[in-house]
Amino acid sequence: MGRVVLVTGVARDLGSRLARRLAVTPGVDKVVGLDVQPPTGDMHGIKYVRADIRTPVVGKVLAVEDVDTVVHTNVAAPQRQLGSTSAVKEINVIGTMQLLAACQNSRNVERLVVASSTAVYGTSARNPAMFTEQTPARSGTMHGFPKDAVDVEAYVRGFGRRRPDVAVATFRLGNVLAGDVLSPFSEYLRLPVLPAVLGYDPRLQFLHPYDALNVLALAATGNVDGTYNVVGPQVVTLSQAARRLGRPMLRLPSVGFNGVTHRMVRLMSSDFTPELTRLFMYGRVCDGSKLERELGYEVLYSTPQTLDAFAEAIEPGLLSALGGTYA
Amino acid sequence: MPDAPQEPTVPLGTGGRPGRGTGSATPSSAARSLAGGSARPAPKAAPKPAPDAEPASDPSAPAEDPRPAAKTVKKTVKRTTKKAAPAPPPEGSASEDSSPEEATARPAFSLIVNDAPEPADDERPGIPLSDLVAALAHGARTVLGEDWEGKAAVLLSTLRRRLTGSYEIDEFGLDPQLHAIAMAALRPIADKWFRIEVRGAEHIPADGGALVVANHSGTVPVDALMTMLTVNDHGQRTLRLLGADLVFDLPFVGELARKMGATLACNEDAERLLADGHIVGVWPEGFKGIGKPYSERYKLQRFGRGGFVSAAMRAGVPIVPVSIVGAEEIYPLVGNVPSLARLLGIPYVPITPFFPWLGPLGLIPLPSKWIIEFGEPVRTDAYPPEAADDPMLVFNVTDQVRETIQQTLYALLVDRGHPFV
Repeated sequence: MGRVVLVTGVARDLGSRLARRLAVTPGVDKVVGLDVQPPTGDMHGIKYVRADIRTPVVGKVLAVEDVDTVVHTNVAAPQRQLGSTSAVKEINVIGTMQLLAACQNSRNVERLVVASSTAVYGTSARNPAMFTEQTPARSGTMHGFPKDAVDVEAYVRGFGRRRPDVAVATFRLGNVLAGDVLSPFSEYLRLPVLPAVLGYDPRLQFLHPYDALNVLALAATGNVDGTYNVVGPQVVTLSQAARRLGRPMLRLPSVGFNGVTHRMVRLMSSDFTPELTRLFMYGRVCDGSKLERELGYEVLYSTPQTLDAFAEAIEPGLLSALGGTYA
Repeated sequence: MPDAPQEPTVPLGTGGRPGRGTGSATPSSAARSLAGGSARPAPKAAPKPAPDAEPASDPSAPAEDPRPAAKTVKKTVKRTTKKAAPAPPPEGSASEDSSPEEATARPAFSLIVNDAPEPADDERPGIPLSDLVAALAHGARTVLGEDWEGKAAVLLSTLRRRLTGSYEIDEFGLDPQLHAIAMAALRPIADKWFRIEVRGAEHIPADGGALVVANHSGTVPVDALMTMLTVNDHGQRTLRLLGADLVFDLPFVGELARKMGATLACNEDAERLLADGHIVGVWPEGFKGIGKPYSERYKLQRFGRGGFVSAAMRAGVPIVPVSIVGAEEIYPLVGNVPSLARLLGIPYVPITPFFPWLGPLGLIPLPSKWIIEFGEPVRTDAYPPEAADDPMLVFNVTDQVRETIQQTLYALLVDRGHPFV
């Protein structure tokens, strides 16, 4: 008897790829994809259910499909392509609440996998150099997506307490970056000129979706419990990333950075996620060693490798002629 | 055999064969013959100086010889074309398609065509390229030493890697190349301006984790930079500084601090660095020490809450007490503007005898004489692991380190004498 996996947010890049991946994984009988919008691309072997995660209908889906494993990939930073900011926030918070309420009432659910974000650590000058899973957020989780992520994890922890029989795995994914995955950084780093905050050069980590999918699939098919950071090893600064992509940086003062950048990026017909502003000042680096230590999964793509893979996927920047190879 | 050496010794312009001014084929006579209206003899006359000059260009002859001759030829040619050019047009415009007339008009034109490659061959205005290259190589050798080629290649490739971002930083943000540059920039200041005398450098552990604890003073944390340089030069290790969160909140300062390997003074970072075997520098007095008035110089403030001791105990690394004399005098803090400091969100707004009165000049530190003494390390590996959670023990060790530094400071002050001599 194989598993029946429910994947939420199946219309999004990570969710749809995970669903397709699980559909061909041995030991998985059925993959149910849940989202408001129909997924694009080949959805062979996936049962798509068009439902709003913010409504109690999720409970019915769990009961009808006999779902035993729930993978929640519907938590994301607001981006223009995902809908309005308030709608994304609703999906993040209310959606998670409804999903957890449904799981709590379901007798079948044995496993819950949550794709959270390293945004739960916040961003501030009081950041330690590296966040471990135990480090509390110092500051910067008062609003925006970091607040959503903190709330989501709080609800998940509450669920874990109320249903100790369900294995709950929370993965704090780093900044996902790839040419074919929509994420705040993949949008930002595509810009011909990268606006950055004057006088700050944050340390950043990037995560290749390959590793994110591997980890989520590992948890969906195995028996994983606990909270893990999933980040690309090694660190680059924003200026280093810009140089590697051959894109010139435009340093703007921190006062009014958000507003100016937002307008500027609009002119470049793209979108700037406001949560990046604080990240551009203080950066955020996490210690991903627990994943390898306890789950035995070694992240394949380091941060520079993820960046180089991204550089090959997108069109070369204005200054690429300076550099030559990305190796 | 005696003829052979004679040829190259012919001096410049003395009527010998290789030089200029040798009879009928002189450039001036060539010019005269060229100027004689018809352009036809010109191709004949122009090559003439060239064979003359050619023997001079054999390797044994002085290389400068052919050039003046060739230059004159060029001048001649120019003059010829100027004079000859107005002449042909009436002919050419009269009958454009008549071929014999075209043939007579051609030589003036073909003169330029024929001569143009010639100056390109053995006449270059200014210094020849080979001389330039030789001079460049000589200069590089003078600046970079005998191995200049390798060094220049390394320099260029480093520059290229910087521009393309393919250099590595560590997880704390330390950029080793920038660190080396900063050290090189600080070295003359330490040697010539502060005349730093280092004592007890043998107490800097050669490897493994260690916690360097020092007194803080001087309004601006120059003492931290100088300690970093001292550890770099005398211990061949990169001192990782622990800084207040304000440092990382300030633009430019925070960015540079991270690239120099500094990180936030918190237990997580201190323990991570020590466990990785780094040598870590901490100034436990913090702003209380660095921002104290000049009248309280060399009086140690409270040593934080002893967090540095528990971090060292957890990692089991030695604590190296460091006493720095001289930093107190660089910016004597005689006043403070607390209201402005509160407004700006910084701990103090310093007023020194020169700042802000002299403006930017007031930012130049006074050239005090410095002594940095590394004391005997205090071992913490003998304590059991749970000792870090024993507040009484932590306080005792904190006081021990503090007293060591304070007593050393007094001794060093007596040793040093006048602060500026």
